[in-house]
Amino acid sequence: MSCLETIQAYAFRSLGYGERLLPRSDFTLCEHFTLIGSGMIWNIYFGTLAVISGFFFANLLAVAKNSSSAMWRKPAEWFIFVFRGSPLFIQFFFAYFLFLELKGFSPILDAFSSAWLGALVVLFFNTSAYSAEIFYGALRSIPKGDIEAADAYGLSGWHRFRRIMWPTMMRLAWPSYTNEAIFLFHATTLVFFSGFPAWRQQGDALYYANYFADKTFNPFVPYPILALYFIMLTLLIIGLFGLVNKRLNRHIPQERRTKMRLRPNLIR
Amino acid sequence: MFSYCSDPASLEGLQWLSCYLTTGKHMGFYVAFGTVLLLLAITAPLALLFGFGGAIAARAHFLPLSWFGKGYIAIVRGVPDIAFFLFFVIALDQGIEWVRHKIKCPDWDQPIRQGSDFLVCDIAKMPLGTSPQWIHEVYGFSLAVVTFAIVFGAFAANVLYGAMSAVPRAQVETAEAYGMTRRQAFWRITVPQMWTYALPGLSNLWMVLIKATPLLFLLGVEDIVYWARELGGSKTAKFTDYPHGDWRMWYFLALLVFYLAFTKVSEVVLARITTRLSHGQATLGGEAQRKAT
Repeated sequence: MSCLETIQAYAFRSLGYGERLLPRSDFTLCEHFTLIGSGMIWNIYFGTLAVISGFFFANLLAVAKNSSSAMWRKPAEWFIFVFRGSPLFIQFFFAYFLFLELKGFSPILDAFSSAWLGALVVLFFNTSAYSAEIFYGALRSIPKGDIEAADAYGLSGWHRFRRIMWPTMMRLAWPSYTNEAIFLFHATTLVFFSGFPAWRQQGDALYYANYFADKTFNPFVPYPILALYFIMLTLLIIGLFGLVNKRLNRHIPQERRTKMRLRPNLIR
Repeated sequence: MFSYCSDPASLEGLQWLSCYLTTGKHMGFYVAFGTVLLLLAITAPLALLFGFGGAIAARAHFLPLSWFGKGYIAIVRGVPDIAFFLFFVIALDQGIEWVRHKIKCPDWDQPIRQGSDFLVCDIAKMPLGTSPQWIHEVYGFSLAVVTFAIVFGAFAANVLYGAMSAVPRAQVETAEAYGMTRRQAFWRITVPQMWTYALPGLSNLWMVLIKATPLLFLLGVEDIVYWARELGGSKTAKFTDYPHGDWRMWYFLALLVFYLAFTKVSEVVLARITTRLSHGQATLGGEAQRKAT
Protein backbone atom coordinates (compact mmCIF):
# COMPACT_ATOMS: atom_id res chain seq x y z
CA MET A 1 0.00 0.00 0.00
CA SER A 2 1.28 3.42 -0.83
CA CYS A 3 1.17 6.08 1.83
CA LEU A 4 -1.80 7.82 0.24
CA GLU A 5 -3.79 4.59 0.25
CA THR A 6 -2.85 4.02 3.88
CA ILE A 7 -4.17 7.44 4.79
CA GLN A 8 -7.40 6.75 2.89
CA ALA A 9 -7.79 3.42 4.64
CA TYR A 10 -6.92 4.43 8.18
CA ALA A 11 -7.41 8.17 8.60
CA PHE A 12 -10.82 7.72 10.24
CA ARG A 13 -10.21 4.22 11.54
CA SER A 14 -10.69 5.37 15.13
CA LEU A 15 -14.25 6.44 14.34
CA GLY A 16 -15.08 3.17 12.59
CA TYR A 17 -14.74 4.29 8.96
CA GLY A 18 -12.35 2.70 6.51
CA GLU A 19 -10.37 -0.49 6.93
CA ARG A 20 -11.77 -2.74 9.67
CA LEU A 21 -8.63 -4.66 10.58
CA LEU A 22 -5.51 -3.05 11.95
CA PRO A 23 -2.25 -3.83 10.16
CA ARG A 24 -0.66 -6.93 11.68
CA SER A 25 2.96 -6.97 10.49
CA ASP A 26 5.54 -4.97 8.54
CA PHE A 27 4.42 -1.68 9.97
CA THR A 28 5.44 1.32 7.92
CA LEU A 29 6.16 4.76 9.30
CA CYS A 30 3.17 6.00 7.35
CA GLU A 31 0.86 3.57 9.18
CA HIS A 32 2.26 4.75 12.48
CA PHE A 33 1.58 8.38 11.67
CA THR A 34 -1.86 7.79 10.20
CA LEU A 35 -3.26 5.56 12.92
CA ILE A 36 -1.89 7.54 15.85
CA GLY A 37 -3.14 10.70 14.17
CA SER A 38 -6.50 9.05 13.68
CA GLY A 39 -6.62 8.32 17.39
CA MET A 40 -5.94 11.99 18.11
CA ILE A 41 -9.51 12.69 16.92
CA TRP A 42 -10.74 11.13 20.16
CA ASN A 43 -8.33 13.13 22.30
CA ILE A 44 -9.45 16.33 20.63
CA TYR A 45 -13.12 15.38 20.91
CA PHE A 46 -12.91 14.61 24.63
CA GLY A 47 -10.70 17.57 25.42
CA THR A 48 -12.69 20.17 23.48
CA LEU A 49 -16.12 19.17 24.72
CA ALA A 50 -14.98 18.74 28.33
CA VAL A 51 -13.20 22.11 28.39
CA ILE A 52 -16.13 24.00 26.88
CA SER A 53 -18.83 22.40 29.04
CA GLY A 54 -16.62 22.34 32.13
CA PHE A 55 -15.97 26.07 31.82
CA PHE A 56 -19.59 26.98 32.63
CA PHE A 57 -19.94 24.52 35.49
CA ALA A 58 -16.60 25.65 36.94
CA ASN A 59 -17.85 29.22 37.08
CA LEU A 60 -20.92 28.11 39.02
CA LEU A 61 -18.80 26.04 41.37
CA ALA A 62 -16.33 28.85 42.02
CA VAL A 63 -19.12 31.27 42.87
CA ALA A 64 -20.78 28.65 45.07
CA LYS A 65 -17.53 27.98 46.91
CA ASN A 66 -17.17 31.70 47.50
CA SER A 67 -20.72 31.96 48.80
CA SER A 68 -21.25 32.91 52.44
CA SER A 69 -24.15 30.47 52.80
CA ALA A 70 -23.03 27.01 53.85
CA MET A 71 -25.81 25.44 51.80
CA TRP A 72 -24.04 26.50 48.59
CA ARG A 73 -20.47 26.44 49.86
CA LYS A 74 -20.31 22.95 51.36
CA PRO A 75 -21.46 20.96 48.31
CA ALA A 76 -19.07 22.91 46.09
CA GLU A 77 -16.17 22.37 48.50
CA TRP A 78 -16.85 18.65 48.69
CA PHE A 79 -17.25 18.29 44.95
CA ILE A 80 -13.93 20.02 44.34
CA PHE A 81 -12.18 18.02 47.06
CA VAL A 82 -13.41 14.66 45.76
CA PHE A 83 -12.50 15.30 42.15
CA ARG A 84 -9.17 16.96 42.86
CA GLY A 85 -8.21 14.62 45.67
CA SER A 86 -8.61 11.31 43.89
CA PRO A 87 -6.72 10.05 40.85
CA LEU A 88 -8.48 10.47 37.52
CA PHE A 89 -7.50 6.89 36.86
CA ILE A 90 -9.62 5.65 39.78
CA GLN A 91 -12.43 7.99 38.76
CA PHE A 92 -12.56 6.39 35.32
CA PHE A 93 -12.60 2.88 36.72
CA PHE A 94 -15.20 3.78 39.26
CA ALA A 95 -17.43 5.59 36.79
CA TYR A 96 -17.30 2.71 34.35
CA PHE A 97 -18.47 0.16 36.91
CA LEU A 98 -21.10 2.53 38.22
CA PHE A 99 -22.47 3.07 34.74
CA LEU A 100 -22.43 -0.68 34.11
CA GLU A 101 -24.53 -1.22 37.23
CA LEU A 102 -26.98 1.42 36.09
CA LYS A 103 -27.20 -0.03 32.62
CA GLY A 104 -30.15 -2.33 33.28
CA PHE A 105 -32.46 0.28 34.75
CA SER A 106 -33.43 2.41 31.78
CA PRO A 107 -32.48 2.55 28.11
CA ILE A 108 -31.43 6.20 28.50
CA LEU A 109 -28.61 5.15 30.83
CA ASP A 110 -27.18 2.62 28.37
CA ALA A 111 -25.11 5.18 26.49
CA PHE A 112 -23.21 6.11 29.65
CA SER A 113 -21.31 2.84 29.72
CA SER A 114 -19.71 3.62 26.35
CA ALA A 115 -16.66 5.84 26.22
CA TRP A 116 -17.99 8.64 24.06
CA LEU A 117 -20.46 9.72 26.73
CA GLY A 118 -19.39 8.07 29.98
CA ALA A 119 -15.76 9.18 29.82
CA LEU A 120 -16.86 12.63 28.71
CA VAL A 121 -19.00 12.95 31.85
CA VAL A 122 -16.03 12.03 34.06
CA LEU A 123 -13.71 14.44 32.25
CA PHE A 124 -16.36 17.15 32.50
CA PHE A 125 -16.64 16.75 36.27
CA ASN A 126 -12.90 16.49 36.66
CA THR A 127 -12.00 19.58 34.68
CA SER A 128 -14.85 21.49 36.34
CA ALA A 129 -13.35 20.76 39.76
CA TYR A 130 -9.82 21.78 38.76
CA SER A 131 -10.95 24.91 36.91
CA ALA A 132 -13.30 25.84 39.73
CA GLU A 133 -10.38 25.87 42.14
CA ILE A 134 -8.45 28.16 39.76
CA PHE A 135 -11.44 30.47 39.28
CA TYR A 136 -12.08 30.50 43.02
CA GLY A 137 -8.49 31.53 43.65
CA ALA A 138 -8.84 34.30 41.08
CA LEU A 139 -12.15 35.41 42.57
CA ARG A 140 -10.47 35.74 45.96
CA SER A 141 -7.65 37.84 44.51
CA ILE A 142 -9.76 40.46 42.74
CA PRO A 143 -8.28 43.79 43.90
CA LYS A 144 -10.28 45.27 46.77
CA GLY A 145 -10.29 48.65 45.04
CA ASP A 146 -12.18 47.31 42.02
CA ILE A 147 -15.05 46.11 44.19
CA GLU A 148 -15.10 49.35 46.15
CA ALA A 149 -15.23 51.34 42.94
CA ALA A 150 -18.16 49.23 41.75
CA ASP A 151 -19.95 49.86 45.04
CA ALA A 152 -19.28 53.57 44.74
CA TYR A 153 -20.91 53.62 41.31
CA GLY A 154 -23.95 51.88 42.74
CA LEU A 155 -23.44 48.56 41.02
CA SER A 156 -24.61 45.66 43.11
CA GLY A 157 -25.61 42.02 42.95
CA TRP A 158 -25.75 40.45 39.52
CA HIS A 159 -24.68 43.62 37.73
CA ARG A 160 -21.58 44.01 39.85
CA PHE A 161 -20.68 40.36 39.29
CA ARG A 162 -21.22 40.38 35.54
CA ARG A 163 -19.58 43.70 34.76
CA ILE A 164 -16.76 43.92 37.28
CA MET A 165 -16.01 40.71 39.13
CA TRP A 166 -16.39 38.12 36.40
CA PRO A 167 -14.18 39.84 33.79
CA THR A 168 -11.48 40.48 36.37
CA MET A 169 -11.69 36.91 37.61
CA MET A 170 -11.30 35.61 34.06
CA ARG A 171 -8.35 37.90 33.41
CA LEU A 172 -6.55 36.75 36.55
CA ALA A 173 -7.35 33.07 36.11
CA TRP A 174 -6.62 32.79 32.41
CA PRO A 175 -2.90 31.84 32.47
CA SER A 176 -3.51 29.04 34.98
CA TYR A 177 -6.64 28.02 33.14
CA THR A 178 -4.57 27.58 29.99
CA ASN A 179 -2.35 25.12 31.81
CA GLU A 180 -5.41 23.31 33.09
CA ALA A 181 -6.74 22.97 29.55
CA ILE A 182 -3.42 21.59 28.32
CA PHE A 183 -3.43 19.04 31.10
CA LEU A 184 -6.96 18.04 30.40
CA PHE A 185 -5.96 17.18 26.86
CA HIS A 186 -3.09 15.13 28.22
CA ALA A 187 -5.45 13.41 30.62
CA THR A 188 -7.70 12.26 27.78
CA THR A 189 -5.10 9.55 27.09
CA LEU A 190 -6.35 7.73 30.17
CA VAL A 191 -9.83 7.15 28.77
CA PHE A 192 -9.16 4.02 26.77
CA PHE A 193 -6.17 3.03 28.74
CA SER A 194 -7.72 2.46 32.08
CA GLY A 195 -11.44 2.71 32.34
CA PHE A 196 -13.49 2.41 29.25
CA PRO A 197 -12.78 -0.48 26.88
CA ALA A 198 -11.93 0.39 23.28
CA TRP A 199 -14.79 -0.96 21.20
CA ARG A 200 -13.65 -2.74 18.00
CA GLN A 201 -10.15 -1.39 18.54
CA GLN A 202 -11.36 2.17 18.10
CA GLY A 203 -9.16 3.90 20.61
CA ASP A 204 -7.33 7.16 21.08
CA ALA A 205 -3.79 8.07 20.08
CA LEU A 206 -2.15 6.34 23.04
CA TYR A 207 -4.15 3.20 22.37
CA TYR A 208 -2.68 2.92 18.87
CA ALA A 209 0.80 3.92 19.98
CA ASN A 210 0.66 1.19 22.58
CA TYR A 211 -0.66 -1.26 19.99
CA PHE A 212 2.37 -0.60 17.80
CA ALA A 213 4.79 -0.75 20.72
CA ASP A 214 3.34 -4.09 21.80
CA LYS A 215 3.45 -5.58 18.32
CA THR A 216 6.93 -4.42 17.34
CA PHE A 217 8.39 -4.39 20.86
CA ASN A 218 9.99 -1.13 19.82
CA PRO A 219 8.90 1.92 21.82
CA PHE A 220 11.24 4.27 19.99
CA VAL A 221 8.98 4.86 16.98
CA PRO A 222 5.31 5.13 18.11
CA TYR A 223 5.83 7.08 21.35
CA PRO A 224 7.91 9.89 19.81
CA ILE A 225 5.22 10.22 17.13
CA LEU A 226 2.60 10.48 19.86
CA ALA A 227 4.77 13.05 21.63
CA LEU A 228 5.05 15.05 18.41
CA TYR A 229 1.28 15.12 17.96
CA PHE A 230 0.74 16.19 21.55
CA ILE A 231 3.36 18.92 21.39
CA MET A 232 1.63 20.28 18.27
CA LEU A 233 -1.72 20.13 20.04
CA THR A 234 -0.26 21.92 23.05
CA LEU A 235 1.11 24.70 20.85
CA LEU A 236 -2.30 25.06 19.21
CA ILE A 237 -4.02 25.39 22.59
CA ILE A 238 -1.47 27.95 23.74
CA GLY A 239 -2.10 29.93 20.56
CA LEU A 240 -5.88 29.91 20.93
CA PHE A 241 -5.86 30.70 24.64
CA GLY A 242 -3.26 33.39 24.01
CA LEU A 243 -5.72 35.18 21.70
CA VAL A 244 -8.36 35.12 24.43
CA ASN A 245 -5.80 36.33 26.96
CA LYS A 246 -4.93 39.22 24.70
CA ARG A 247 -8.57 40.21 24.45
CA LEU A 248 -9.14 39.91 28.20
CA ASN A 249 -6.18 42.18 28.86
CA ARG A 250 -6.70 44.70 26.05
CA HIS A 251 -7.64 47.58 28.36
CA ILE A 252 -4.73 47.11 30.75
CA PRO A 253 -1.52 49.14 30.32
CA GLN A 254 1.15 47.06 28.58
CA GLU A 255 3.46 46.47 31.52
CA ARG A 256 0.75 45.40 33.97
CA ARG A 257 -0.85 42.74 31.79
CA THR A 258 -0.99 39.22 33.20
CA LYS A 259 1.58 37.21 31.31
CA MET A 260 0.88 33.82 29.86
CA ARG A 261 3.35 31.48 31.43
CA LEU A 262 3.43 27.85 30.49
CA ARG A 263 3.57 25.95 33.76
CA PRO A 264 2.15 22.52 33.19
CA ASN A 265 3.02 20.85 36.46
CA LEU A 266 -0.12 18.93 37.20
CA ILE A 267 -1.02 15.37 36.61
CA ARG A 268 -4.19 13.84 37.86
CA MET B 1 -7.45 -16.80 59.17
CA PHE B 2 -9.72 -17.18 62.19
CA SER B 3 -10.35 -20.69 63.51
CA TYR B 4 -14.06 -20.59 62.71
CA CYS B 5 -13.28 -19.97 59.03
CA SER B 6 -12.53 -23.64 58.33
CA ASP B 7 -16.02 -24.30 56.97
CA PRO B 8 -17.09 -21.23 54.94
CA ALA B 9 -20.44 -22.72 53.96
CA SER B 10 -21.72 -22.53 57.54
CA LEU B 11 -20.86 -18.85 58.06
CA GLU B 12 -23.36 -16.00 58.14
CA GLY B 13 -23.34 -12.20 57.93
CA LEU B 14 -20.47 -10.37 59.59
CA GLN B 15 -18.68 -13.59 60.47
CA TRP B 16 -18.67 -14.53 56.80
CA LEU B 17 -17.35 -11.10 55.91
CA SER B 18 -14.59 -11.25 58.52
CA CYS B 19 -13.43 -14.56 57.06
CA TYR B 20 -13.81 -13.31 53.50
CA LEU B 21 -11.70 -10.23 54.18
CA THR B 22 -8.85 -12.24 55.70
CA THR B 23 -8.23 -14.74 52.90
CA GLY B 24 -4.72 -15.07 51.50
CA LYS B 25 -5.59 -13.00 48.44
CA HIS B 26 -6.93 -10.19 50.57
CA MET B 27 -3.67 -10.21 52.48
CA GLY B 28 -2.00 -9.63 49.10
CA PHE B 29 -4.35 -6.69 48.61
CA TYR B 30 -3.38 -5.18 51.98
CA VAL B 31 0.32 -5.71 51.26
CA ALA B 32 -0.21 -3.83 47.98
CA PHE B 33 -1.09 -0.69 49.99
CA GLY B 34 2.36 -1.11 51.51
CA THR B 35 3.83 -1.42 48.01
CA VAL B 36 2.26 1.90 47.04
CA LEU B 37 3.56 3.61 50.18
CA LEU B 38 7.01 2.06 49.66
CA LEU B 39 7.05 3.33 46.09
CA LEU B 40 6.19 6.83 47.28
CA ALA B 41 8.83 6.66 50.01
CA ILE B 42 11.57 5.64 47.57
CA THR B 43 10.45 7.69 44.60
CA ALA B 44 10.05 11.04 46.35
CA PRO B 45 13.73 11.41 47.40
CA LEU B 46 14.96 9.87 44.17
CA ALA B 47 12.83 12.24 42.08
CA LEU B 48 14.12 15.12 44.18
CA LEU B 49 17.65 13.99 43.43
CA PHE B 50 16.92 13.78 39.69
CA GLY B 51 15.26 17.17 39.93
CA PHE B 52 18.24 18.66 41.70
CA GLY B 53 20.55 17.28 39.03
CA GLY B 54 18.26 18.54 36.28
CA ALA B 55 18.05 22.01 37.81
CA ILE B 56 21.83 22.25 38.22
CA ALA B 57 22.29 21.07 34.64
CA ALA B 58 19.80 23.65 33.38
CA ARG B 59 21.65 26.40 35.27
CA ALA B 60 25.07 25.29 34.09
CA HIS B 61 27.23 27.73 32.16
CA PHE B 62 28.47 24.92 29.93
CA LEU B 63 25.98 25.19 27.06
CA PRO B 64 25.40 21.55 26.01
CA LEU B 65 24.77 20.60 29.65
CA SER B 66 22.33 23.45 30.05
CA TRP B 67 20.52 22.43 26.84
CA PHE B 68 20.34 18.89 28.15
CA GLY B 69 18.80 20.04 31.44
CA LYS B 70 16.31 22.37 29.75
CA GLY B 71 15.42 19.77 27.13
CA TYR B 72 14.79 17.15 29.80
CA ILE B 73 12.45 19.49 31.66
CA ALA B 74 10.61 20.70 28.56
CA ILE B 75 10.06 17.36 26.86
CA VAL B 76 8.89 15.40 29.88
CA ARG B 77 6.47 18.15 30.84
CA GLY B 78 5.12 18.62 27.34
CA VAL B 79 3.94 15.08 26.73
CA PRO B 80 1.19 13.10 28.53
CA ASP B 81 2.74 11.43 31.55
CA ILE B 82 1.09 8.10 30.90
CA ALA B 83 2.82 7.89 27.51
CA PHE B 84 6.11 8.36 29.33
CA PHE B 85 5.33 5.67 31.85
CA LEU B 86 4.62 3.21 29.08
CA PHE B 87 7.64 4.33 27.08
CA PHE B 88 10.27 4.30 29.81
CA VAL B 89 9.43 0.88 31.17
CA ILE B 90 10.07 -0.80 27.81
CA ALA B 91 12.95 1.50 26.91
CA LEU B 92 14.75 0.94 30.23
CA ASP B 93 14.20 -2.79 30.08
CA GLN B 94 15.58 -2.99 26.54
CA GLY B 95 18.42 -0.63 27.35
CA ILE B 96 19.59 -2.75 30.27
CA GLU B 97 19.34 -5.97 28.29
CA TRP B 98 21.18 -4.39 25.37
CA VAL B 99 24.08 -3.27 27.57
CA ARG B 100 24.31 -6.67 29.26
CA HIS B 101 24.20 -8.30 25.85
CA LYS B 102 27.11 -6.19 24.60
CA ILE B 103 29.19 -7.07 27.65
CA LYS B 104 28.33 -10.74 28.13
CA CYS B 105 27.98 -11.98 24.57
CA PRO B 106 30.53 -10.11 22.43
CA ASP B 107 30.71 -12.92 19.86
CA TRP B 108 26.98 -12.93 19.08
CA ASP B 109 26.69 -12.37 15.32
CA GLN B 110 22.94 -12.01 14.72
CA PRO B 111 21.26 -8.60 14.83
CA ILE B 112 19.40 -7.82 18.07
CA ARG B 113 16.33 -6.50 16.34
CA GLN B 114 14.93 -9.09 13.93
CA GLY B 115 11.74 -7.79 12.39
CA SER B 116 9.46 -7.33 15.35
CA ASP B 117 11.58 -9.31 17.84
CA PHE B 118 14.09 -8.03 20.31
CA LEU B 119 16.61 -10.84 20.74
CA VAL B 120 19.47 -10.97 23.21
CA CYS B 121 21.44 -14.02 24.31
CA ASP B 122 20.02 -16.01 27.22
CA ILE B 123 22.54 -14.97 29.87
CA ALA B 124 21.87 -11.30 29.08
CA LYS B 125 18.17 -11.56 29.95
CA MET B 126 17.19 -9.38 32.86
CA PRO B 127 16.26 -10.95 35.20
CA LEU B 128 17.46 -14.39 34.16
CA GLY B 129 14.74 -16.79 33.10
CA THR B 130 15.76 -19.16 35.86
CA SER B 131 15.68 -16.67 38.76
CA PRO B 132 12.90 -16.99 41.35
CA GLN B 133 9.64 -15.07 41.23
CA TRP B 134 10.55 -12.48 43.86
CA ILE B 135 13.51 -11.27 41.79
CA HIS B 136 11.16 -10.63 38.88
CA GLU B 137 8.87 -8.66 41.16
CA VAL B 138 11.69 -6.62 42.66
CA TYR B 139 13.05 -5.92 39.18
CA GLY B 140 9.63 -4.79 37.95
CA PHE B 141 9.23 -2.62 41.00
CA SER B 142 12.63 -1.00 40.54
CA LEU B 143 11.87 -0.27 36.89
CA ALA B 144 8.67 1.42 38.03
CA VAL B 145 10.58 3.43 40.64
CA VAL B 146 13.16 4.64 38.12
CA THR B 147 10.42 5.50 35.61
CA PHE B 148 8.53 7.52 38.20
CA ALA B 149 11.76 9.21 39.28
CA ILE B 150 12.64 10.21 35.72
CA VAL B 151 9.21 11.66 35.01
CA PHE B 152 8.75 13.40 38.35
CA GLY B 153 12.39 14.42 38.36
CA ALA B 154 11.59 16.67 35.42
CA PHE B 155 8.75 18.32 37.30
CA ALA B 156 10.92 18.65 40.40
CA ALA B 157 13.74 20.10 38.28
CA ASN B 158 11.37 22.74 37.02
CA VAL B 159 10.29 23.66 40.54
CA LEU B 160 13.85 23.72 41.92
CA TYR B 161 15.10 25.71 38.93
CA GLY B 162 12.48 28.34 39.68
CA ALA B 163 13.28 28.28 43.39
CA MET B 164 17.01 28.71 42.78
CA SER B 165 16.41 31.81 40.75
CA ALA B 166 13.90 33.08 43.34
CA VAL B 167 16.58 33.38 46.02
CA PRO B 168 17.18 37.13 46.33
CA ARG B 169 20.00 38.15 44.00
CA ALA B 170 21.49 40.45 46.64
CA GLN B 171 22.28 37.50 48.89
CA VAL B 172 24.35 35.80 46.24
CA GLU B 173 26.07 39.09 45.41
CA THR B 174 26.94 39.54 49.06
CA ALA B 175 28.43 36.06 49.14
CA GLU B 176 30.51 36.91 46.09
CA ALA B 177 31.60 40.17 47.70
CA TYR B 178 32.89 38.14 50.63
CA GLY B 179 35.09 36.28 48.19
CA MET B 180 33.14 33.05 47.82
CA THR B 181 33.49 31.28 44.49
CA ARG B 182 30.44 30.56 42.35
CA ARG B 183 30.36 27.03 43.69
CA GLN B 184 30.66 28.07 47.33
CA ALA B 185 27.95 30.70 46.97
CA PHE B 186 25.69 28.11 45.39
CA TRP B 187 26.09 25.50 48.14
CA ARG B 188 26.22 27.86 51.12
CA ILE B 189 23.68 30.51 50.12
CA THR B 190 21.38 29.40 47.32
CA VAL B 191 20.73 25.79 48.33
CA PRO B 192 19.83 26.36 52.01
CA GLN B 193 17.65 29.35 51.10
CA MET B 194 15.74 27.94 48.16
CA TRP B 195 13.59 25.39 50.02
CA THR B 196 11.01 27.85 51.21
CA TYR B 197 10.49 29.02 47.64
CA ALA B 198 10.41 25.46 46.33
CA LEU B 199 7.96 24.16 48.91
CA PRO B 200 4.65 25.17 47.28
CA GLY B 201 5.74 23.56 44.02
CA LEU B 202 7.12 20.48 45.72
CA SER B 203 3.99 19.94 47.79
CA ASN B 204 1.93 20.25 44.65
CA LEU B 205 4.19 17.64 43.11
CA TRP B 206 3.76 15.32 46.07
CA MET B 207 -0.02 15.46 45.65
CA VAL B 208 0.41 14.71 41.98
CA LEU B 209 2.76 11.83 42.77
CA ILE B 210 0.21 10.28 45.13
CA LYS B 211 -2.36 10.44 42.40
CA ALA B 212 -0.06 8.87 39.83
CA THR B 213 0.46 5.70 41.86
CA PRO B 214 -2.52 3.82 40.37
CA LEU B 215 -0.55 3.89 37.13
CA LEU B 216 1.79 1.33 38.73
CA PHE B 217 -0.63 -1.32 37.65
CA LEU B 218 0.06 -0.41 34.02
CA LEU B 219 3.76 -0.94 34.66
CA GLY B 220 3.22 -4.55 35.64
CA VAL B 221 3.41 -4.17 39.42
CA GLU B 222 0.69 -5.94 41.42
CA ASP B 223 -0.66 -2.83 43.11
CA ILE B 224 -3.96 -1.98 44.75
CA VAL B 225 -5.79 -1.41 41.48
CA TYR B 226 -4.66 -4.81 40.22
CA TRP B 227 -5.97 -6.50 43.37
CA ALA B 228 -9.19 -4.52 43.44
CA ARG B 229 -9.99 -5.75 39.95
CA GLU B 230 -8.86 -9.25 40.73
CA LEU B 231 -10.76 -9.63 44.00
CA GLY B 232 -13.82 -7.62 43.07
CA GLY B 233 -14.74 -9.61 39.96
CA SER B 234 -17.58 -12.08 40.35
CA LYS B 235 -16.65 -15.31 42.08
CA THR B 236 -18.58 -18.50 41.48
CA ALA B 237 -18.82 -21.28 44.03
CA LYS B 238 -16.81 -23.55 41.75
CA PHE B 239 -13.54 -21.64 42.16
CA THR B 240 -13.67 -20.26 45.67
CA ASP B 241 -15.10 -20.93 49.10
CA TYR B 242 -16.47 -17.40 49.23
CA PRO B 243 -18.70 -16.90 46.19
CA HIS B 244 -20.09 -13.40 45.51
CA GLY B 245 -21.29 -11.21 42.69
CA ASP B 246 -19.44 -8.38 40.94
CA TRP B 247 -18.09 -6.31 43.83
CA ARG B 248 -15.56 -4.27 41.92
CA MET B 249 -17.51 -1.09 42.61
CA TRP B 250 -17.07 -1.55 46.36
CA TYR B 251 -13.39 -2.24 46.00
CA PHE B 252 -12.94 0.89 43.95
CA LEU B 253 -14.94 2.83 46.49
CA ALA B 254 -12.42 1.67 49.10
CA LEU B 255 -9.56 2.88 46.86
CA LEU B 256 -11.31 6.22 46.38
CA VAL B 257 -11.61 6.66 50.14
CA PHE B 258 -7.96 5.64 50.61
CA TYR B 259 -6.75 8.25 48.14
CA LEU B 260 -8.98 10.98 49.51
CA ALA B 261 -7.82 10.28 53.05
CA PHE B 262 -4.19 10.20 51.96
CA THR B 263 -4.61 13.54 50.17
CA LYS B 264 -6.23 15.10 53.22
CA VAL B 265 -3.48 13.91 55.58
CA SER B 266 -0.81 15.17 53.18
CA GLU B 267 -2.50 18.56 52.99
CA VAL B 268 -2.43 18.91 56.76
CA VAL B 269 1.20 17.81 57.08
CA LEU B 270 2.35 20.04 54.22
CA ALA B 271 0.58 23.05 55.73
CA ARG B 272 2.56 22.45 58.93
CA ILE B 273 5.88 22.18 57.09
CA THR B 274 5.11 25.40 55.23
CA THR B 275 4.49 27.18 58.51
CA ARG B 276 7.71 25.79 59.94
CA LEU B 277 9.82 26.75 56.92
CA SER B 278 8.50 30.27 56.50
CA HIS B 279 9.55 31.01 60.09
CA GLY B 280 11.86 34.00 60.04
CA GLN B 281 11.96 34.23 56.25
CA ALA B 282 11.83 37.49 54.37
CA THR B 283 8.61 36.47 52.60
CA LEU B 284 4.93 37.39 52.95
CA GLY B 285 4.28 34.25 54.98
CA GLY B 286 7.19 34.92 57.30
CA GLU B 287 6.14 38.55 57.69
CA ALA B 288 2.61 37.50 58.65
CA GLN B 289 4.04 35.18 61.31
CA ARG B 290 6.26 37.95 62.67
CA LYS B 291 3.31 40.31 62.98
CA ALA B 292 1.09 37.69 64.62
CA THR B 293 3.42 37.13 67.57
